[in-house]
Amino acid sequence: MAVTEAERALEAAYRTEKRRVLATLIRLLGGFDAAEEALHEAFAAAAQRWPREGVPQNPYAWLVSAGRFRTIDRWRRETRHAAALPDLLALAEPFDEPAMPEAIADDELRLIFTCCHPALPPDQRIALTLREVGGLTTEEIARAYFATPPTIAQRIVRAKARIRDEAIPYEVPGRADLVERLESVLRVIYLVFSEGYAATGGPALTRADLCAEAIRLARLVAELTGEAEARGLLALMLINEARRPSRTDAAGDLVLLEAQDRTLWNRAMIAEAGEMIGSAFARRGVGPYTLQAAIAAMHAEAPDFAGTDWQAIVSLYDVLLRVDPSPVAALNRAAAIGMRDGPQAGLAAVDAVAAGGGLEAYHLSHAARADFLRRLGRTVEARTAYRKALALVRQDAERRFLERRLSALEDQ
Amino acid sequence: MRYACLIYYDPRKLFGGSPEAQAALEQCEGYDETLKESGHFVAAEALELPEGSMTLTVRDGKMSAVDGPFMETRDMLGGIIVIEAADLNEAVRVAGGHPLAKIGAIEVRPVVDFSTPPPQF
Repeated sequence: MAVTEAERALEAAYRTEKRRVLATLIRLLGGFDAAEEALHEAFAAAAQRWPREGVPQNPYAWLVSAGRFRTIDRWRRETRHAAALPDLLALAEPFDEPAMPEAIADDELRLIFTCCHPALPPDQRIALTLREVGGLTTEEIARAYFATPPTIAQRIVRAKARIRDEAIPYEVPGRADLVERLESVLRVIYLVFSEGYAATGGPALTRADLCAEAIRLARLVAELTGEAEARGLLALMLINEARRPSRTDAAGDLVLLEAQDRTLWNRAMIAEAGEMIGSAFARRGVGPYTLQAAIAAMHAEAPDFAGTDWQAIVSLYDVLLRVDPSPVAALNRAAAIGMRDGPQAGLAAVDAVAAGGGLEAYHLSHAARADFLRRLGRTVEARTAYRKALALVRQDAERRFLERRLSALEDQ
Repeated sequence: MRYACLIYYDPRKLFGGSPEAQAALEQCEGYDETLKESGHFVAAEALELPEGSMTLTVRDGKMSAVDGPFMETRDMLGGIIVIEAADLNEAVRVAGGHPLAKIGAIEVRPVVDFSTPPPQF
């Protein structure tokens, strides 16, 4: 009886407390490797003692102090007092058990900022964040990114070595650096989400996990920093996530926005995002993520495709292009103009953007052109544009969609 | 998951009497206990030098057994440790704590999970 209760508590602690205990141990022990070893030992100690002594009231605090004491103990036994002396001195300071949940979450936030430090190459930031903050195993990350486990393992080892060698501090940056550092954090989170959302191959479960983890991280960062763009990113991801069930049909084929079943959309998520966007606009705290979220919300809140407010969407793209210019945003604006003013205007807008360069290798640029040409009845040119898009597309579902469009034109 | 840590070293270096080699050999003695305490230990064996080993093949029903392999390279497989770890990075961290990692090299190889399909060539 007591054993099963202890086992259940241990499993629950492993699920819910592991990440936070690790985040605190990294701060207390001053390094990833020592903290991971301490975490492992803390759970080993809990497995021995909880069944005998009962489950502690605060498993987080118990695990942190067990991990810390075992580490001190081991360092003493390893008879390298001299080398370990500074570490032991730091450890001798009493551990103030954080009474407030915010203090525990602060350690997780420190960990996110450290894992997303600009001194690390972007692919290392992603792998390290998913493993250390997200609690995914090396093998799970490798499956999600179609990489081999040793490739991912090496990224993580190198990132940790760099953090140690360059003495990257374990802290949330001060006001002066916060905006720049936050941008790196948000980009990592959005890349994790996009990987889970956009790719159609691979094991579906892992993919959905990436989206859920990205949303969890964005929520944490948004709540703890209170920064508008963190909320903007959270809103953007919530709206995309809300529409996920309608994006593909039972066969795994792509369903365009105009044909999506809007009753499948998660209205609670869309409403939560809408509130965040509204308050950001009310406080004029509007950056690129909030603007993209606002555009996504225009689509999500429209009663149907025909009832979409294309004028508002074009205006939002105008603002986005001023704040954060990019060829892809310009292309999306051109597509919205086509929806507002008709295919002739859309084609002219797409061609104007393409003339600016930077989109030659982007399949959706050719696909957008092909679509307007098709609507104008310029079949020969539309076919050429679809073939160009097909030569560049990399996702299976998108390829099948373009092939269907092309073959429909060839039957004519 | 289980990982096999294959320990390679140059025996002339490990048993050559240098202070680092002496220290590593001494630390090796209690290392199984350290792994047992941390809960990673599954099995471990140190291996004799390859001079004492045989290599056998069966082809067309006939067995051929020869002595060796003889050392062509300086490093030889000298020990095997099987550990239990949450993922490859944890296995690498645990293997990195082995005293012989300082003298030789340790290959960390996932143990086959027979519920997954075999590789295709």
